[in-house]
This record gives sequence, C-alpha cells and structure tokens, in this order.
Amino acid sequence: MNCEQLQEILVAYLDIKATPAERRQVEAHLAECAACRGRAEEFQLLWGVLDELPAVPPSAAFSAAVRARVAQEPRRASFWNWVRPSPRLAFAGTALVVLSLWLSSSVPPARQQVATAQQGSEAEFRMIKDLPVLEDYDVLADFDALSDLSAPPQAGSELERPQM
Amino acid sequence: MARSDVQLMLDVKAGDDSSFELLLRKYRTPLVNFLYRMVRDTATAEDLAQEVFLRVYRARKDYAPSAKFTTWMFRIATNLALNSRRDGRYRQLEVSIDQPAELEDGAPAFEVPDRQPGIEHQLIARDRADTIRRAVESLPEKQRAAVLLHKYQEMDYDEIAGILQCSESALKSLLFRAYETLRVELASLVETRRAESQPKTQSRRGEMRS
Ligand SMILES: [Zn+2]
Repeated sequence: MNCEQLQEILVAYLDIKATPAERRQVEAHLAECAACRGRAEEFQLLWGVLDELPAVPPSAAFSAAVRARVAQEPRRASFWNWVRPSPRLAFAGTALVVLSLWLSSSVPPARQQVATAQQGSEAEFRMIKDLPVLEDYDVLADFDALSDLSAPPQAGSELERPQM
Repeated sequence: MARSDVQLMLDVKAGDDSSFELLLRKYRTPLVNFLYRMVRDTATAEDLAQEVFLRVYRARKDYAPSAKFTTWMFRIATNLALNSRRDGRYRQLEVSIDQPAELEDGAPAFEVPDRQPGIEHQLIARDRADTIRRAVESLPEKQRAAVLLHKYQEMDYDEIAGILQCSESALKSLLFRAYETLRVELASLVETRRAESQPKTQSRRGEMRS
C-alpha cells in the first residue's frame, strides 16, 4: 500500500471501521511512513479541534413556526373530510340543539330534531376528542357559529367541507 | 419503549400529529445546525429547516420506510441547502463571511461579566470557534456536507453516501480531502491541541491504535 491508497481508507481506519485486512495494511504502511503517521495523528487532533465548534440552538420561535405551518396543511384525506362534519357545522349543530331545547321546553318536536340532536352530540364528542389537535383551534375561534346557521357552507373555504 | 423514527413517521401518516411533534423536537437542533453550516446564516437555516419539516409532513401520505428516516430527511435538507445557494437568493451572505465579527449570528452568547477570571479563556475559545467555523464553511459544499454529517451528526458512511448520492468509496475520498484541507487550515489549532493533550491523545471519534 502506498500513500495514495492509504488516503481512501485512513478515515475509516481512524473511525475503527476498516476491515481487519484494511487495518493490517494501514498499520503496515504507517509503520514505515512518517508522513502518513503524522497525518493520521493530526487527523485525530483535528477531530478534537472540530469538537470545539459549538452547536447553535434553534431560535425560540422556530418550533412554533413549524407547528403553525404544519397546522395550515390539509389533513386526513378524502375519507375523513367526507365523514367528519366541519367544526363550524358541528358547533352550529350543537347550538341548534341547545337553542331548540330552550325554545321548546314543553313541546317535543318531531323526528328531524332527534336526528339533529344525535348529530350534535356526536359532533360534540368529536370536538372534545380533537381539542388538543392544533387544526381544530378554529373551533374555538369560531364561537359565533350561530350567525352561520342561515348561510350555506361556502365552497373553497379553509377546510374542504362535505356537501351536506 | 421508544418508537423508532420510521414508526413515528408511520404514525404521522396514520394521522397522529403528536408523533410529528416528537420528530420535530428530536431533529430541530441537528437540522438547524447542519443547515446553518451549509448556508452560513441562521435566519436562512431556520427557514430551510422549517421547509424540511413541512416537506416531511407533506410527504407523510406517501411515506414508505425504504430508507432510514434520517437519510431521507437530511437528503431533503441537503438539496434545499444546495439549491438555496445556487438560486443566489442568499448571495449577499457570501460577502459577510469574511467580515470578522458575526456576533449576532446566533452563536451561543458568551456573556461574561467583566473581570471574571475566565474571561480570557472564553475569548480565546470564541476566537478558536470562529476560526473553525470559517474553515468548515470554506470547504466546497459537498465536502462540507460530508464533514457535517460525519463529524457532527456522526452518521455511518452508507447513510452519508445515501444522502450525498455517491458511492461509499467516493465518500471516503471526499472526507479525506476535506479533513486534509482542514488539517492544513487549522494547523495552529491542531498544534495547540497537541500541546494541551500531550500524554493522552483522544478524540470523540475513534482512537488511534498503537
Ligand atoms: Zn505514506
């Protein structure tokens, strides 16, 4: 092995990742070549020097920025978007139940409302379940859901809504 | 038992965002540091690191664990770093490299009260760190990436070769050339190191066999 051939395996040798055969070759060369011996030693010293470079911690805002960008991503492809009512509609559903229970304390309304109530409580359950998920933050932001009752869901708004 | 990165990623794919949070916490510092040394600017490095995480998240639906997670993630990071420099979007940074004091660049604060006995030592340490940083940042991109992944991320050759898209033997030559350049560039630091560590020569990465 000559000096040039040594170059290809010197780093692996110093990393203790050379094969036994390679190691024997390197050691044989180092035993007779002062230049390579000096270089090998200095590589190790150099690695110690490189350790002095301090790591830079990410800024305090970094993770929050990543989370914010990730939160804007659409999630759960078609299937869930289809099954799951939007937070706004869920809230509207719940509000409708509360409102109608309050308005008609004595007269129990027909079937239709039972269906709505069922949907409402399901939605409520889902909201509780999903509360820690960042994406659903706008459930809380949209507290004025009642005002949406008359308006049909708009196509192309922030969440792809199922067609109800 | 801790889940592997691949398992975490599969959990993200299944809709579990808390697993993504774990990946973010685990890799934000290594990734920002790697990108910082590649693009030489903390703000740019953080922008790119955000982009890496976002791409990882976006790719979750198609994620198939064919390679190590870190290989995949650092490959995205490396490509972004190389492209961002090629774009020239951050060209003005090249100019600032030679300016001696980039104290605002996010290096850990060396806030030392006046007249503290250690101050001289800390100034020397900062000076050395600055010299090292400049030497590493002066390496050609691919050599630099190889050194960062080998020395600072402590990755194996096959993984680094996968990230840099080269053969393992090409990588070993790349590393040799990079360390040879650094050995010359940082000769004076190597010498002080030799003097300091006289009887016992050790480094974190392997020890010479005698
Ligand atoms: Zn030799």
